[in-house]
Amino acid sequence: MTGMKMKNKTLKSNLITYGIVVAAFVVVQILLQTGSLSSLMKGLLIPLCVYVVLAISLNLVVGISGELSLGHAGFMCVGAFASAFFSKCTEASITVGPLRFCLAILTGAVFAGIFGILIGIPVLRLRGDYLAIVTLAFGEIIKNVMNIFYIGVDSNGFHFSTKDQFSLGMEADGKIIINGPQGITGTPKDSTFLIGVILILITLFIVLNLINSRDGRAIMSIRDNRIAAESIGINITKYKLMAFTVSAALAGAAGALYSHNLATLQASKFNFNTSILVLVFVVLGGIGNIRGSVIAAVVLTALPEMLRGLSDYRMLIYAIVLIVMMLFNWAPKALEWRERYFGRFFKKNAKEGE
Amino acid sequence: MSFLSYLINGISLGSVYAIIALGYTMVYGIAKMLNFAHGDVIMVGGYAAFTLMMTYSTNPLIAVLGAIVICTVLGITIERVAYRPLRGAASPLAVLITAIGVSYFLQNAVLLIFGSNPKSFQSVVGVPDLKLAGGALMITGETIVTIISCIVIMTVLTLFINKTKPGQAMLAVSEDKGAAQLMGININGTIALTFAIGSGLAAVAGVLLCSAYPSLTPYTGAMPGIKAFVAAVFGGIGSIPGAMVGGILLGVIEILGKAYISSQLADAIVFAVLIVVLLVKPTGLFGKMVQEKV
Repeated sequence: MTGMKMKNKTLKSNLITYGIVVAAFVVVQILLQTGSLSSLMKGLLIPLCVYVVLAISLNLVVGISGELSLGHAGFMCVGAFASAFFSKCTEASITVGPLRFCLAILTGAVFAGIFGILIGIPVLRLRGDYLAIVTLAFGEIIKNVMNIFYIGVDSNGFHFSTKDQFSLGMEADGKIIINGPQGITGTPKDSTFLIGVILILITLFIVLNLINSRDGRAIMSIRDNRIAAESIGINITKYKLMAFTVSAALAGAAGALYSHNLATLQASKFNFNTSILVLVFVVLGGIGNIRGSVIAAVVLTALPEMLRGLSDYRMLIYAIVLIVMMLFNWAPKALEWRERYFGRFFKKNAKEGE
Repeated sequence: MSFLSYLINGISLGSVYAIIALGYTMVYGIAKMLNFAHGDVIMVGGYAAFTLMMTYSTNPLIAVLGAIVICTVLGITIERVAYRPLRGAASPLAVLITAIGVSYFLQNAVLLIFGSNPKSFQSVVGVPDLKLAGGALMITGETIVTIISCIVIMTVLTLFINKTKPGQAMLAVSEDKGAAQLMGININGTIALTFAIGSGLAAVAGVLLCSAYPSLTPYTGAMPGIKAFVAAVFGGIGSIPGAMVGGILLGVIEILGKAYISSQLADAIVFAVLIVVLLVKPTGLFGKMVQEKV
């Protein structure tokens, strides 16, 4: 009886999360139709989707699997480059835009997933802050290595170099695809808000289902007590790697969405700050709370734009807002104070939110 | 000869990393937090010394002392306002994100005050360059001062921690907070002292870094901050000799990698070495293995 009740509760909570995304999409569509959305906000719609997907995927590692990852931008980078490369190569042969883009997203996700496995196997042997620093290191390595890649194509096939574009040794009809620090230019602009929202829904579906499955419970049991989980026969490496890889693949898909929205794609964009930005969404939204990640990603991406009227002060205010929100949400004293004055209100909320 | 000069440059850069890493590792050892704003305190130290020298045309030595005082006060303030309220929070990530907020705050405050144009920092070092082997090997005054200050700081810090009461209190707090409190140690005071020392060291590192690489922007501190963090982990985070060795090794690897392999891949090489070290020795070179209990 209670099991049944709990199941209904999770289902209800998940439906609310999907509902919020769909409702947000409808509201934005109405605003677009009535033309009451500024061009700045319009330009922000696809990045919003990218960051929401990233935040959900990182929450899988940080919140559900309990490992701090500081290199999430690296997987995004792999996905972005792999998918942009795919689109550039198949631009002539696959003419249906949405179909090509779906395949590109898949390519990005698969490549990022493979990197997730390759990096996850050594990384997940470490613990805590050591694990965090190694993910940071991998993120920076991916960025640095992408920076010296040159790939071109001509009638003889692909040419590859790590020096410069002249050492590719191409024929006269050759075309450079990845141009070192300049990255990839002229990726077809396939990203749309609709595809972004669909990608968010798919991401939510994958992550929420994983969390509420047998595998998800195994992952969370490792987070809560590794030794106890191991002693009841849960394969630690397998489940940690599963969470890590799924998260990497989803970040790769987000990277694909990101790269098909930009005229030029450069590896230097995927630096430590990008990884940190996504981590901020996850922690502020609530570690392990998927719906919170979605909301935090939207609010914090839109906030600097909404503060644009304050011009030079906006990033300063963003920083102060971030610090104050963290203190208000996490400081034991602030929690006590909230409990005392708004106890009833917050308790009710907490029950519904779970 | 060129190898030797690269090596000396590497040790010099590594000494700066080591001084920054000391701040990281002390704070980590005691407060168990990664202080991501540490790199930006370096930058503030650089700007403080710059302003004192350029605007108020003070003596370089006094400017350095002024920068140390400003950074120390800044460090204590940050700890009091942003980190102390979060002690005992449910998740250690909370204070990490707050540190990132502080880092954004410092960068943007400096950006507003000084603008984004790089300031060209005038070296504070008055020591003449040393020419060896008939001029084939040149060691700059900055290099000499950097290496000497690193050795002095290291020695003083080790003596302070092992021989004085406040130093012993730091060790006790890093070992077991609860037990230290029962012994009558003022936990908050000790942690504030750690932040003060770490931030003061950051100011020294900032001045040395800007003397060697004279361009100063609000983002100057970010990359050395991350590198020093890597150095601290490299040597085993929480360990003072580890931070020292890690910092110098990192500097040498970076400069040699730049010189002999690829200047674009130097950072990647540094990080790759870190990964290999951690895979072989998962708690760094000097880190202690903590046995986990159920």
